[in-house]
Amino acid sequence: MRGIFKSYGPARVLQDVDFLLGPGEVRCLAGENGSGKSTLIKILSGVVAADSGTVSLFGRPVAGTDPAGVIAAGLSVIYQDFSLFPNLTVGENITFLRAAAHRDRLVHRLRRRRLAAETLDRIGVKLDLDEPVETLPVAAKQLVAIARALANDARIVVMDEPTTALTRNEVDNLLRLVAALKQEGVSFVFVSHKIEEVFTVCDTVTVIRDGKVAASGAASDFTPAALVTAMTGRDIASQRLPRDATAPGRPFLSARGLTRIGEYRDVDLDLHAGEIVSIVGLLGSGRTELALSLFGDTRPDGGTLVLDGRPLSFGSVRDAMAVGIAYVPEDRLSEGLFLDQSINDNITVSSLGRDSRLGWLNVAAGARRAKAAVERLRIRLQTVAAPVVQLSGGNQQRVVLARWMEREPRLIILNSPTVGVDVGSKRDIHELLVALRAKGTAVLVVTDDIGEALAISDRILVMAGGRITASLAGDCATEHEIAARVAKDAA
Amino acid sequence: MRRLLSRLATSPQGIMLATGIVLAVLFSVANPVFLSAPNIVDLLRNAIVTGIFAIGVLIVLASGGIDVSFTAIGAFALYATTKLLIVSGIHPPMLAIFAIGIAIGVALGFVNGLLIGLLGLPTLIVTLATLSLFRGALLTFVGTLYYGTIPAEMVAYSRQPLLAFHLASGRVVQLPLAFGNFVLVAGFAALILGSTMFGRKIYALGGSEEAAARIGIDVRRVKLAIFMLVGGIAGLAGVTHVTLMRIANPFDLVGSELNVIAAVVLGGARITGGHGTVSGTIIGVLVITMINSSLLLIGVPTYWQRLVVGGLILFGTGLPIAIERFNLHRARLRAAAGPTVTVQAPV
Repeated sequence: MRGIFKSYGPARVLQDVDFLLGPGEVRCLAGENGSGKSTLIKILSGVVAADSGTVSLFGRPVAGTDPAGVIAAGLSVIYQDFSLFPNLTVGENITFLRAAAHRDRLVHRLRRRRLAAETLDRIGVKLDLDEPVETLPVAAKQLVAIARALANDARIVVMDEPTTALTRNEVDNLLRLVAALKQEGVSFVFVSHKIEEVFTVCDTVTVIRDGKVAASGAASDFTPAALVTAMTGRDIASQRLPRDATAPGRPFLSARGLTRIGEYRDVDLDLHAGEIVSIVGLLGSGRTELALSLFGDTRPDGGTLVLDGRPLSFGSVRDAMAVGIAYVPEDRLSEGLFLDQSINDNITVSSLGRDSRLGWLNVAAGARRAKAAVERLRIRLQTVAAPVVQLSGGNQQRVVLARWMEREPRLIILNSPTVGVDVGSKRDIHELLVALRAKGTAVLVVTDDIGEALAISDRILVMAGGRITASLAGDCATEHEIAARVAKDAA
Repeated sequence: MRRLLSRLATSPQGIMLATGIVLAVLFSVANPVFLSAPNIVDLLRNAIVTGIFAIGVLIVLASGGIDVSFTAIGAFALYATTKLLIVSGIHPPMLAIFAIGIAIGVALGFVNGLLIGLLGLPTLIVTLATLSLFRGALLTFVGTLYYGTIPAEMVAYSRQPLLAFHLASGRVVQLPLAFGNFVLVAGFAALILGSTMFGRKIYALGGSEEAAARIGIDVRRVKLAIFMLVGGIAGLAGVTHVTLMRIANPFDLVGSELNVIAAVVLGGARITGGHGTVSGTIIGVLVITMINSSLLLIGVPTYWQRLVVGGLILFGTGLPIAIERFNLHRARLRAAAGPTVTVQAPV
């Protein structure tokens, strides 16, 4: 791709972008949300056409929009959501792309079965070919998506944020697979903003910022700091944010022996006003389940909860919200946002009570609050009337945060708040949490990102196998120490 | 075998099949006439038009859409075809008559397909509108008077049996040849849905339209083709209806949409798309026809039919969900009973 320009209306999304990829090369495409990465991928895959510039694939020019032609030529994109067919089986999903690309008219069941089995063998994965994809765990879905690309003899695989939904172990497996396929001559474009991965797997890096190539070269020529600076255009120190020295008073919420059979057990927990506590654990450690119980979404089977010194028993989200607890879910797309509704409505929806009198809504007051929140959180947008679905990941997350902050919660529980969010936005979100702490809010962050926990927490709790296995002070713990505990206790 | 059984028990088709058998046993105990040849033939006969329509609905549901205009297409085809033959005085063979009906259906389906495929409008809105449009056009421009005598070819066709039973009383009951239409359409649909890329694309669309577009499937063309196919099936159902009734009434069929959709949903197709089988649909059609025609037989008032059908839909679609929840709950308890990590925390 050379000299790519693309505008949507007045917005110039890409300006004079060059992007080169050789056989067997793994190139990282890095950039913050909204930098133009996605548009570049869309042009590369033939979904949209560039305004000017040339795209050539394996030496042949690609003209206009022709996604089917690009796929047939040997380029496959693995989208962040994998774009599989949830209702169809593993086997059919793997071979669908090839069958469609070859313009098959009939279904060759046996041939497809064999192809699917061979492809899974090639990447060393064992899956039941007859299982519907919707019942698979996320990591397996991703493997199916990779197998689908390979079954179509893809020589270039574009992976959009492939690691966001994976645990540490699964990420390692994926990176090993990428390295193995590279040996076979498959090229990869790795869209990512996780700095460590860039250095583990990529040969070369192209950084895009504000629609222009900000840096490009061999990965070995970059230091992590240089990469972050190139992505954000500012210096972001990865060191820890300032901590509050004030000693915590009486806990706002405390749990003793909290148990939900099969999910978590004997959890003791104290959350104080003006304190940031992180729960670090792997997927399946019970971290999400515990968070959901604290928010009243599930009912514990045993143990006690004390709020402000009074025993508490709530069995519904309404009760939890009534006492000032807010929950920002892990999967903001499906659980946290009304995607098709406006930014304005999304921000004010949980705090409509503040604007209403006798059931009548003061729409103007709500709009004023939404505007203020947008400015405070630096949400990048054109208008608050636009639907949320048009925003980038980091900005969507800020909308969710804005909504709960409008309620002025006393305890805010955030589940993996910066998954799929770029470095700059991540920093902004962390600063927001610190600001909330300063206002006396208790903050509980559930995460598997140890760096994140270290950056912001006053206290870090390690969770494994449904129990809290360690409690560490945020300013003394080291990444190594925590990682060891998380991994050890999970085994 | 056990696996097959357990899958059957948790699938809507399996539950519907079991429910159908239980109902049939109840009916035959309450009134032995239920199991007599005339009654069964009558039941199958009643299932023909609903069945053909249902296959069309299945295809649309599998693709993630919904169609409520098919009865209007069927009525249009049945009346326009008959009127054409009577007014023009031509006498084509029966096969050609069906072809005319199918062609009318495909043309009307093309209108649906254009609005849905090319303009990208939602299927429910478009077909709600065309349900009225097609029916209005039929009654305004084609005619409102029903024909009590239909062309001789149709009458001759309607007298031909697919199967004939000679009863002890000397009476002969016939399953009309039109039942073959249902069988053919069902077989044809099973082949398309299961063994052609077009059919697999229909399910793919029902699974995720965006994913389909991203792997280069021309979503608009597939949708256009779906609605033309379904229109053709509805047209065939319309002409088949004439041969069974031996009159051509433009006011027939419209109003039975929900009954047909209910049959397809009972048979396991999901209103959210991507799921549904021909065999399940046939079971759904038979069960609903049985209820509609046999409750009367055992002395249950007609109004109860609606109640039973509604209850069955809730039962048939709710039970698999309830079973799945129960299994999840059990899995949670079993996991808790198993060995657990016993590393004690230094706090």
